[in-house]
Amino acid sequence: MSILVQFAIGLMFGLGLVIAGMSDPAKVLNFLDLGAIPTGGWDPSLAFVLGGAIAVTFIGFKLVLRRAQPIFGGTFHLPTATDIDARIIAGPAIFGVGWGLAGFCPGPAFTALTTGGAPALIFVVAMLLGMGSARWLASRPVRLAPQAT
Amino acid sequence: MTATDFTPVASLLGGALIGASTVMLMAAKGRIAGVSGIAVRLLPPYADDELAGRLAFILGIIVAPLVVLLATGTAPVPTIEGSTALLVLAGLLVGFGSVWGNGCTSGHGVCGLSRLSARSLVATLTFMATAMATVFLTRHLL
Repeated sequence: MSILVQFAIGLMFGLGLVIAGMSDPAKVLNFLDLGAIPTGGWDPSLAFVLGGAIAVTFIGFKLVLRRAQPIFGGTFHLPTATDIDARIIAGPAIFGVGWGLAGFCPGPAFTALTTGGAPALIFVVAMLLGMGSARWLASRPVRLAPQAT
Repeated sequence: MTATDFTPVASLLGGALIGASTVMLMAAKGRIAGVSGIAVRLLPPYADDELAGRLAFILGIIVAPLVVLLATGTAPVPTIEGSTALLVLAGLLVGFGSVWGNGCTSGHGVCGLSRLSARSLVATLTFMATAMATVFLTRHLL
């Protein structure tokens, strides 16, 4: 049951991306293209997607988090980190360059798999490779100083 | 580049649907609907036994265009421009950066900003800035 519900929730997420027009990288790139404002080519739609999503989530989270626990049990897994470290700048900076090159962030890359042909598949495989590398690199033990022997 | 129309109503509605999905995942499983965080956990090694649920969520995102095709008769086809090399490079950067920074447009942009997280605000401003700079560079300077 829980699996089926998560499929439905994912489907809703994907439908949201498609209806919002965000499954098309051209629309995303035209939002990111501030240089096109003077020529009328700028497409501010993405700001409306974020606005709509944040408005619903801001209120929805407040209501949901009043519950003692999630519907399918367990606990609410909310991020606890609050420090602004190098990774919270470097990661998004790198992600943004890739996003600006192809117009794909992870969600739309997945919606593109069914209708985007080989280029979409190539992007998703590379993306998963990048994800795996980042997790592997992050999980390596940090060597702070050479050990005295 | 391909011109696109400004679609404020559809984008606001689609965004609201993304928000509703995000709220439902929190209500059902107590999880942040961050696509990069969920996707990276599809890869081994597995830290918990939630793989099937994560796979189902991503599968739902993948089949959404097919549902739109069945409902409307028209498939939403993405405009993908650029060489294979560029797509590989972009994919690597998107994947690495989103996991290194603990989130992407959904995890930081939607969930984080909704939770008024300072970290997510820094992350969102950073990826917006580098993405806009990249597009400016490739479209207007190179």
